[in-house]
Amino acid sequence: MSREFDVLVVGAGPAGIAAAATAAESGLHVGVVDDNPAAGGQIWRSGALLPAAAQRWKARLAAAGVVRLQGWRIVDCPEPGAARAERNGAEITRDPESEGRRDLRYRHLILATGARERFLPFPGWTLPNVMGAGGLDAMVRGGLPIAGKRVVVAGTGPLLLAVAAHLTSRGARIVAICEQASAAQMAPLMMQVLRRPGKLWQGASYRWATKKSRYLTRCWTVAALGDERLRSAILQRDGKQWCVECDVLACGFHLVPNTELAALLGCRLENGFVATDERMQTSVPGIWCAGEPTGIGGVELSLLEGQIAGLAAAGKTSAARRLAGRRRGALGFVRALERACQLDPQIRDLPREDTVICRCEDVRLGALLGRGGWRDAKLHTRCGMGPCQGRICGGATEFLFGWHADSVRPPVFPALVSSFLEPDAASELASPKEAL
Amino acid sequence: MTPAWDVAVVGAGIVGAACARECAARGLQTVVIDAAGVGGGATAAGMGHIVAMDDSPAQLALTRWSQELWHELSPKLPREVEFESRGTLWVAADEEEMAEVRRKQGVFAAAGVAAEILDSRALAEAEPQLRKGLAGALLVPADGVLYPPAAAAWLMGEAIRMGAVMITSQRVIAAARGLVRTDNGKEYSAKRIVHACGAAGTDLLAELPVRKRRGHLVITDRYPGFVHHQLVELGYLKSAHSIASDSTAFNVQPRQTGQLLIGSSREFGAEDSTINYPLLRAMLQRAASYLPGIGRLQAVRVWTGFRAATPDKLPLIGPWPGDDSICLATGHEGLGITTSLATGRLVASEIMGEKPGIPAEPYFPVRFLEADHGSPTPTLYGEAAHG
Repeated sequence: MSREFDVLVVGAGPAGIAAAATAAESGLHVGVVDDNPAAGGQIWRSGALLPAAAQRWKARLAAAGVVRLQGWRIVDCPEPGAARAERNGAEITRDPESEGRRDLRYRHLILATGARERFLPFPGWTLPNVMGAGGLDAMVRGGLPIAGKRVVVAGTGPLLLAVAAHLTSRGARIVAICEQASAAQMAPLMMQVLRRPGKLWQGASYRWATKKSRYLTRCWTVAALGDERLRSAILQRDGKQWCVECDVLACGFHLVPNTELAALLGCRLENGFVATDERMQTSVPGIWCAGEPTGIGGVELSLLEGQIAGLAAAGKTSAARRLAGRRRGALGFVRALERACQLDPQIRDLPREDTVICRCEDVRLGALLGRGGWRDAKLHTRCGMGPCQGRICGGATEFLFGWHADSVRPPVFPALVSSFLEPDAASELASPKEAL
Repeated sequence: MTPAWDVAVVGAGIVGAACARECAARGLQTVVIDAAGVGGGATAAGMGHIVAMDDSPAQLALTRWSQELWHELSPKLPREVEFESRGTLWVAADEEEMAEVRRKQGVFAAAGVAAEILDSRALAEAEPQLRKGLAGALLVPADGVLYPPAAAAWLMGEAIRMGAVMITSQRVIAAARGLVRTDNGKEYSAKRIVHACGAAGTDLLAELPVRKRRGHLVITDRYPGFVHHQLVELGYLKSAHSIASDSTAFNVQPRQTGQLLIGSSREFGAEDSTINYPLLRAMLQRAASYLPGIGRLQAVRVWTGFRAATPDKLPLIGPWPGDDSICLATGHEGLGITTSLATGRLVASEIMGEKPGIPAEPYFPVRFLEADHGSPTPTLYGEAAHG
């Protein structure tokens, strides 16, 4: 297969799909590396009826002649213009040295790496059947039976409603939807939604689907109870606490942008997001960024940013500029969403000294109190030093202590030692179809 | 005017922490200053191998004594220091290296370090992941492993418990003539100033005969039982880590967590923490040539750090000619974790005027003085050899 691209896109969610399709339609040779088995990202996951926009964009991607490495991820960028990709699960394939990795070269790199859920610790959050709301949603799309199960959905942001609506459609009993924000805090977001017919329809359908559920604002879980698995959750609202029985607790405290690869490449971050200009170019020439890593804004904005990046990388400056105007108009939604999802400081007090903060290294809150910062905590407690590389606890410690990750070290994801051993000369022999 | 402090230690790495602990234990009023906190520099980048090394008689004396001190201390070390007597296997690839194994055993025996020779079969039984056909190895059972930042934090905690004061809110910008100045304008007068800031020492003493020597380390996910001892190639001593050039050597350490630390590389002239990919590749190829299965393990992180290297591979411990207030404790290169405890003892003996536990002269900085000048020279490295 070809391993030299005019444009290499990392991530095949809405932003990545739009970027890749747009750049390829402009006549460029484009490759996409995406860690899911199929394009669509977290939001357009296969297994459910996809919205029309998703079907349109997926068809455009398929027609554009883009080389796709699905089920692969970029693990390192050893030099400018070069990226090393590794196939997921390469460590268990028969001959990882030859089949599991690719050295790719690019002129332009478009980072569309999306976002992940923010987990916040509270007593019991590591019990089995306490899971991420988005993660549970994906598992149910993947076939996890949920019918008849009592589910509490807790956290913040519109994702909670979307997940609850989907779980309801699969037969789950939503015991409660706990939104930590107040109704007043959510109001500007709702105004934004009302201005956008697409989003209004979406919101209304979520509400319709979950109409039998209790939707509680200013409400959160203070503890999950159970022994081997979850049995109940303690909810709190306005100083009142009560216990509800449940089989599953799905938590999601909004989203954290995936900026690790951008940081490794030296792109400037601003308030935790990748800084770009109007054309979506980062501080590093030739490296572009689109979608959630530049600001959490949802599908429509991601599609716009992906197109702008794809056009700009292809040198179609005036077309990119026209879309940039539309993007400016849509940025209000990002700010409204950010304000709506502003976390209540009381949530900082939920974890106790013995509550696990870093699951990989089993670091509890007590060990982190009084630490001078993220690096100090890493060195002396190993918080964030495990295989998830701080992706889970980093979002929590940022909220709890205001710590920011100091530096990103390769690999971006745990990678085979052999990925650093030698160039992948052997993969020249791999059949071109194999990666498509 | 009487100085406010008996001792000001500049640098809170494991060496500075060990010095502070020994000084505080002797009742000296001790202040430690390091803006990077405890163990944030070379200490954090090191493997934490407690090892007897015999490059020279002086090196063996210092490492052997330190190893003993670690064993004495080990019952007191908290769990998070992860001290374990893993033992080192010095792996011999061929008969020539087996001759070196026998020589080394003799040298160790003379110094009181027990070491056992493993033949090819015994080595294969001890470490089944090693490639077949290796000639044998020297097992040094008393060598150990620890987690350096936790060890440094414990030593510093002990120092504070015995009365030392630690300051991490200020960066030292000058430290000479009995006065330490920091970036916020504070001054600390002290009878003696201990320079323990590793490769950063030249920022404060430009003439210090120390150079940065960058190293790479890789840590893997958890694979308990993959290897059992710290594995080091015997070539480590002769070819791999020569003074002048960049080099790599096979050096793999099992951590208590089940993770493996893979080293090692040494290079001069690198000033930033970026990764030298050709050197990293060479280092891992070296490791894979001894442990063929290592390529299939997951690497979690690759990082670099700076060792403080001296021209003769011995640290600089003792009075600094030309400034009676300064006592050096730097230049430990790759052995700072091991030799921190002995360094602390030697520094405290120097300050107190005690008889040192081992002869201290081989580590005195005065050895780098040019005979006719009476001032340290920065040109000892022979730039030609390097460039």
